Amino acid sequence: MRARFLPHPILSLTLLITWLLLVNSVSLNSIVFGAILGVVIPMITQPYWPDIPKLRSPGTVIGYILVVLYDIVMANIQVALIVLFKRRQDLQPAWVCVPLEIRSPEAITVLAGTITLTPGTVSCDLAQDGHAILVHCLHAPDPDGVRDDIKSRYEARLKEIFG
Amino acid sequence: MPLWAEITVTVFLVIAGVFGLVGSYGLVRLPDPMTRLHAPTKATTLGVGGVLIASMIYFFAAEGRISAHELLIAIFLFLTSPITALFIAKVHLHLREKPENLPTPREAAGWASYTASGPARGVRDFPPQDEPASPVADTSH
Repeated sequence: MRARFLPHPILSLTLLITWLLLVNSVSLNSIVFGAILGVVIPMITQPYWPDIPKLRSPGTVIGYILVVLYDIVMANIQVALIVLFKRRQDLQPAWVCVPLEIRSPEAITVLAGTITLTPGTVSCDLAQDGHAILVHCLHAPDPDGVRDDIKSRYEARLKEIFG
Repeated sequence: MPLWAEITVTVFLVIAGVFGLVGSYGLVRLPDPMTRLHAPTKATTLGVGGVLIASMIYFFAAEGRISAHELLIAIFLFLTSPITALFIAKVHLHLREKPENLPTPREAAGWASYTASGPARGVRDFPPQDEPASPVADTSH
């Protein structure tokens, strides 16, 4: 019963909050309409998203977001310096293959998004069996280091979050 | 608006402007499509982020209300920009790159761009051997 009425409770909550942020006010009107959206949209989209992703430790999510934000700022500065001051012939772009231990599609999606958002690396492709991500680095004199960074900084945390 | 707010807003706007400019300059300066992809996808995160923070501080200081639209813009941007980047990278893989030049995944058949036949395949089509396959959704009702 619960599965049919609220198949994705977190999605429902997210939709409600998103709606409140969109109208930029908290009134009875907007809460009721946000609640309707939060019930109807997950019901309509349920066939496309059958499995409920399990968050094993939701507390780690905030830590993960903070780490990623910090990395975005630091790496933005690095990329800006590379763009401005590195001579073209000194640039060492590289393809890196990052083997994955996480298996849930949601976790892999978050990891790929994180890799692209943190400057200097773009996730480009997934291995056919989903066991590795292809990453392009703007400047990587040490490709193995990049791979280990991604695995220890992001994948380990995602493994904890998604289990 | 108090002076401290004006100064903070200005600082964030200048930071945002500098990063936006560097990102656009990188688009011109870097040598090939893949490296060019890096500059705009990144500089926008901090460039747009700076403008959004400045906007929030401005509305808080000038009108005394907390504006939440900026948070939404940031979230939507963070959701969409990796997807755009992935699309451009995929096009590059298909048109310009040869699979021989890429590192091969260890145990796998190859990268999805080259090996998948028929409709583009995703992770769900290949449940790993050591875990039970996810139950198929019953969509009949």
